[in-house]
Amino acid sequence: MSAHLLEVRNLSVEFHTATGTVKAVKNVSYHLDRGETLAILGESGSGKSVSASAIMNLIDMPPGKITSGEILFDGKDLLTMDPAARRDVNGRRIAMIFQDPLSHLNPVYTVGWQIEEALTAHGATRAAARSEALRLVARVGIPAPEASLKKYPHEFSGGQRQRLMIAMALALKPDLLIADEPTTALDVTVQAEVLALLEELQHETGMGVLIITHDLGVVAEIADRVVVMNAGEVVETGETGEVYRNPAHPYTKKLIGAAPGKGAMHAPLARAEPVLSVRGARKVYGEFTAVHEVSFDLMAGETLAIVGESGSGKSTVAKMLLRLEEPSGGQAFWKGRDLFAMAPAELYALRRDLQMVFQDPTQSLNPRMTVWQLITEAWVIHPGILPRDKWKARVAELLGQVGLKPEMAGRYPHQFSGGQRQRIAIARALALEPQLIICDEAVSALDVSVQAQVIELLDGLRKRLGIAFVFIAHDLPVVRDFADHVMVMQKGRVVELGTVREVFETPREPYTQALLAAGLDPDPEVQAARRKARLALAEG
Amino acid sequence: MAVTDTIPDEPKPLVRFARMLWADKFALLAVIFLLAVLVMALIGPAWLDAVAQKQNLRGRNAPPFDLSRGWLFVLGGDALGRPLLARIIVATQNTMMVAAGAVLFSAIMGTVLGLVAGYAGKRTAQVILRLADVIMSFPSLLLAVIVLYILGPSILNLVVVLAITRIPVYLRTTRAEVMEVRERMFVQAAKVMGASPRRIIFRHILPVVLPTLMTIATLDFAFVMLAESSLSFLGIGIQPPEITWGLMIAQGKQYLTNAWWLSFWPGLAIILTTLSLNLLSGWMRIALDPVQRWRLEMRQTKKGTKA
Repeated sequence: MSAHLLEVRNLSVEFHTATGTVKAVKNVSYHLDRGETLAILGESGSGKSVSASAIMNLIDMPPGKITSGEILFDGKDLLTMDPAARRDVNGRRIAMIFQDPLSHLNPVYTVGWQIEEALTAHGATRAAARSEALRLVARVGIPAPEASLKKYPHEFSGGQRQRLMIAMALALKPDLLIADEPTTALDVTVQAEVLALLEELQHETGMGVLIITHDLGVVAEIADRVVVMNAGEVVETGETGEVYRNPAHPYTKKLIGAAPGKGAMHAPLARAEPVLSVRGARKVYGEFTAVHEVSFDLMAGETLAIVGESGSGKSTVAKMLLRLEEPSGGQAFWKGRDLFAMAPAELYALRRDLQMVFQDPTQSLNPRMTVWQLITEAWVIHPGILPRDKWKARVAELLGQVGLKPEMAGRYPHQFSGGQRQRIAIARALALEPQLIICDEAVSALDVSVQAQVIELLDGLRKRLGIAFVFIAHDLPVVRDFADHVMVMQKGRVVELGTVREVFETPREPYTQALLAAGLDPDPEVQAARRKARLALAEG
Repeated sequence: MAVTDTIPDEPKPLVRFARMLWADKFALLAVIFLLAVLVMALIGPAWLDAVAQKQNLRGRNAPPFDLSRGWLFVLGGDALGRPLLARIIVATQNTMMVAAGAVLFSAIMGTVLGLVAGYAGKRTAQVILRLADVIMSFPSLLLAVIVLYILGPSILNLVVVLAITRIPVYLRTTRAEVMEVRERMFVQAAKVMGASPRRIIFRHILPVVLPTLMTIATLDFAFVMLAESSLSFLGIGIQPPEITWGLMIAQGKQYLTNAWWLSFWPGLAIILTTLSLNLLSGWMRIALDPVQRWRLEMRQTKKGTKA
């Protein structure tokens, strides 16, 4: 009957929670053929991972319950199969890779042992398993494969770990590979490499790949077809280029519209006296220099973006400015006074002027405090700012400023969505009426459409209140619409510093060019051209 | 003005907690039992002391559930014919004073030292931790024997000795948790805001650590009661005619084969008290955590709609 490798028909999954039954997936249908890559695109809470979990039998039941539908794999319904047969299908014929490879590799065994384990568990001899493991590790591009097999997972970088996960998944030559946000935790340049590897391996083995992602760029790079999901339903499905060019559903249009990097770039502001000038900031940990001699100037109402991959030292710069890390050398003049040389008492007064918005609002807001307590804490700590009888009005005003409702003040952070939590964190920073806000990856944990809103909010605050921003990001497109100046960092050094137009249109340094080329564009055609450029760059 | 009015006032915590307690019937029973224990501890000695001391050799090891000797003998009589029920009630005061005193003292000392060791610099932490190691490397009973031999047995000395031997448990747990929590991002966020170390420790770190410590404290309650009984048994704890539950168990030991009730009833009192404290701490862990609180409030509204 069905000629498809995988076919999901009218799948519905419910979860029973204290607040009632949640329909995580409603009547979802899609199919995948051999040698094809299907992307399931959706934001958090869209149910995109749930259908894949149903395929792998990873849904906990209860509280989960599959209420209707069938999952046909090679014509047989996985949901009615007996457990033993199902386990045999999982792993041997369907393999899965996850977002965070470190938590899915056992830290106490060598990676060689773990790959061999997967092979011997399904009947290979030790010797055969060893040579196959060696071949796989070499195939996924791990340097010095022989020696690598004897290493433990923590000795590899994030990208290498994901490669090892892929090697392990491919050990049994599966017909279907499910990849759940495989590159979300990786740097852009590494992401491009891992996606390219997946594509190559697919051509070699002819397997079907089901990739779950929130990133339009990943879809444009790798997928043949795309299924767009929102609130548990499939809103649109079709060929990737077709969906991008002619989105039929309003949600898809919104998603494509929200992708960063398309608006007008900022024209540089007129030169004025800088409020912050950093000269030769350094940070040394023992033998290792995390930050070499970083210098920059920042004017009031200006945004400086610091862009770099993990390990570039960008967050360390931010932490030094706030003295969360003690700098090893250099100076940072805030209105003429050196931040790095301040005594704790002076620093306390300064906290009013300099604020920070952290990457993950789930962690940066104390879960045991209400929104009211979180925001008013600023005034408890700095009693001079606002008399107590004005607190209510000011909290309401601040919440209004960040697009929340005043009646939400009595709630706790866990009762909000990710984007709302980041708004609370911004409101808290604003409570001190700062003149500089440092945003450390403030939008990277958020969904694309929410990201756009938060950036708009920050930009509006900058214009209205004249706040200067230092905006730290690993992703170039995000800063394109928002920054005045861009500083690119690599391995603790400033590689390039210029206006946003200079950096994006005429990047001087090869690293900046590589970073720009590695970024994934949501437009499949642009992305195809960019991939060519990247390959040319890699060869040239 | 309309805007300012929409920030709701904090709901009255007392009403809220009472409702959540009502939702968890086990915790409610535990609270009722503990209140009863408290009342007994307060009025017990004044009320029944004379009866509890009165020997009656014809009623030696009187079996329980026999009302012919009066209601005080419902749990039986001890080796000297004294009513067990009255003795248990009278013993409540001493038992609670020793156990609660030792647990509270050690928990507070241990927590404070643990917070300091976890948050302060390396050197302070080293000094505090080595002190804890010294206490831990000494068998606690041996320490107690030596100290009580020198100082002479009294309730206060007993409390101090038991408390000191239990400090390291809290200290090490607190320090380990503080080390983890202090790296969390909301602590960094508070630092950026300019919060003082005291505020960070008490407002941000302690509430996260507290549930763990409360659970340990309730478990320690039983341990301390039994440790006190073994000290009393050795003759350096509470001395007869003063009584505690632990001492009653120790005294009943030799009659276990023919009069089980001598040790059983005071043992039951210890078990029920510890169990109640444990249930209560379990309830508090949920009730004090805003992320978990809905479990209690949920159950309540569900019941409310049914009724």
